Amino acid sequence: MTTQDTPVSTRRFAISADDKPIIVAACFILVILAIGTGYTLITQGTATLLSPAYLLQQLQVGAFLGVVAAGMMLVILLGHIDLSIPWTVAAAAMMATAVGGAAAIPVGLAVGLLVGLVNGLGVAYLRIPSMIFTLGVNAVMRGLMVAYTGGFAPQTAATPLMQYLAVGKIAGIPVALLVWAVVSVGVIMLLNRSAIGRYIYAIGNKEAAAYLAGVPTKRVIIIAFCLCGMLSGLAGTLLAGYSTKAYQGMGDAYLLPAIAAVVIGGTQILGGRGRYLGTLVGVILIVLLNSVLSIMQMPEAGRQVIYGTVIILMLLVYGRNQKVTQ
Amino acid sequence: MTSATYFSDLKVRVAQNTGLCLVIVGFIAFYVFYNMNHPRGFSTAVYIQNSNEVFTLAMVAMAQTVPVLMGGLDLSVGAIMTLVNCLASHLLSGSPIQILLGMITCLATGALCGFINGCVVVYGRIQPIIATLATGAIFMGIALFLRPSPGGNVDGDLSWAATNDLFEVAATYGLFDDGKAAWFQPIAWLPVPLLLILITAAFIWMPFARSVTGRSVYAVGSGEGAAYMSGLNINRAKLAAFTLGGFFAGIGGLYLALQTSSGNADIPQAGAYTLNSIAAVVIGGTSLLGGVGSAIGSIFGALVLRTISFNFRIFEIDPLLQPLFEGVVLLAAVSLGALSVLRVKNTLESFR
Repeated sequence: MTTQDTPVSTRRFAISADDKPIIVAACFILVILAIGTGYTLITQGTATLLSPAYLLQQLQVGAFLGVVAAGMMLVILLGHIDLSIPWTVAAAAMMATAVGGAAAIPVGLAVGLLVGLVNGLGVAYLRIPSMIFTLGVNAVMRGLMVAYTGGFAPQTAATPLMQYLAVGKIAGIPVALLVWAVVSVGVIMLLNRSAIGRYIYAIGNKEAAAYLAGVPTKRVIIIAFCLCGMLSGLAGTLLAGYSTKAYQGMGDAYLLPAIAAVVIGGTQILGGRGRYLGTLVGVILIVLLNSVLSIMQMPEAGRQVIYGTVIILMLLVYGRNQKVTQ
Repeated sequence: MTSATYFSDLKVRVAQNTGLCLVIVGFIAFYVFYNMNHPRGFSTAVYIQNSNEVFTLAMVAMAQTVPVLMGGLDLSVGAIMTLVNCLASHLLSGSPIQILLGMITCLATGALCGFINGCVVVYGRIQPIIATLATGAIFMGIALFLRPSPGGNVDGDLSWAATNDLFEVAATYGLFDDGKAAWFQPIAWLPVPLLLILITAAFIWMPFARSVTGRSVYAVGSGEGAAYMSGLNINRAKLAAFTLGGFFAGIGGLYLALQTSSGNADIPQAGAYTLNSIAAVVIGGTSLLGGVGSAIGSIFGALVLRTISFNFRIFEIDPLLQPLFEGVVLLAAVSLGALSVLRVKNTLESFR
């Protein structure tokens, strides 16, 4: 199922199966912006949503989700999933602020890398379904952090460099956005221009076939989980910089939106198929949806319902599986 | 049947259900150990308290089992449980007829939520994990709409009767000479939640698992293409699996309302129940790949998870270390189950 056999040459406006989700999601972003702008025009008489400053601010907040989703996408492309992200984010943030100084960011990344390594070993060598193994690792990380902090937010503060990366600006552009851009370019290069990227797609399509073709499947799985963990660690250190400190449960709000962003962007949850551009669009969609809902002062109940409905509708448009029985 | 064939039959059954047998032995060991060290161990009060604490998780774990057997996953069980919990906190008061109708409405709501999941998966052709992630958010939103803040009104008598032993049921409703009838004494100590679990397992799960639809659920989990080729009704099996899952989750939510006398649309709590249900299912010997396992195992999985926490209380382990212990136990349990992979001689066999 790697390529859809759409006869591109016969139809002038034919859209490849991989591009369709991206275009639909992008159109939906415009719809969200239009609805939000209409709302602010009626209630406040201003088009707040369309001002560049506001959009940049939203993207700055979205950068944390974007970094997490980039890592999640690598793992989902393999046909796996990483449920340990919430406490990897929190642990990286707590360790980074605890160490402080110049070592803070490397320590945060190292914590993420270590968690990713454990995940990768469990999934690749013990062949435990990633769903349950990463869930267990998440529980252990939570336990470690609760034992370490005593269940309270640590008193330590983020270093100036972490704060700069999260809230600083270069020529009006938030640094966090630049970090997200660098990560994005890195992931695009990895997926499209490196052997590992092609291996990731191959394993996601048919692991046995990739193995028989000589792909070092175990190593690739471990590398993907390590990268996912490290990006979660990066998101954790950025997030600690954003709120100037680490706190319990700071990563909880990122797991499900990250999965949703990846899937809305057209990546198959069973792996093997999807483009990074889609994940990028998915993250922007979720961030803007959230901000429009908060402008409308939508209560939490309505948010949840709209959130779920949007995911289902988007997937009904383009995420439908081939029937197994066809 | 001679005793020799009987034992060889038993041997085969044990060999086919190693995971289930291990988890039952594990539970008995943990639980006897707990009672031996409890100052009031092996007493009705302890059984009642424990079965109350276990009930909702056991139901949610059963709810998770059915879609997992089908090769899917239901990330909305916690949300369905919470939704029914919030609905029950509105409906479980008034005259006996009103209460009865309220309970039926609650259970029907749970089943309906499951049915909606099934429709999205079957007719929308969306992967179960992502479809239930989305419907879970919707159910949670409705729950929050029903109960923006914790509270509610639940009939006191019913709540008392459902969370105690059979004697209190009889005493509350004036049955069997207020529970003092001689024939009633041998069973008067039985905790109601424990009985409810047994009834649900014996009269809902077992008949389902033995029915054609139930076997189809297992078959779809083992190989959907093969199940289709064998002429099984795949769509009906999937719809039934999710609906039954929603129904079980509804029982859990209804009971939680009786137990706490209130409804609480708590998002982290719903998430914790969903994740613990997956853990209970795996510990109970059900394969996440589908086709192997049973809801009975998941009940014991839930029992093991909870019994471990009970032991923490007895030994006054630093509460700050408890999450760590729970995590390590979970990780160790799933890793032990995976050690069989080391015996695989052909690497290709490890891919599935």
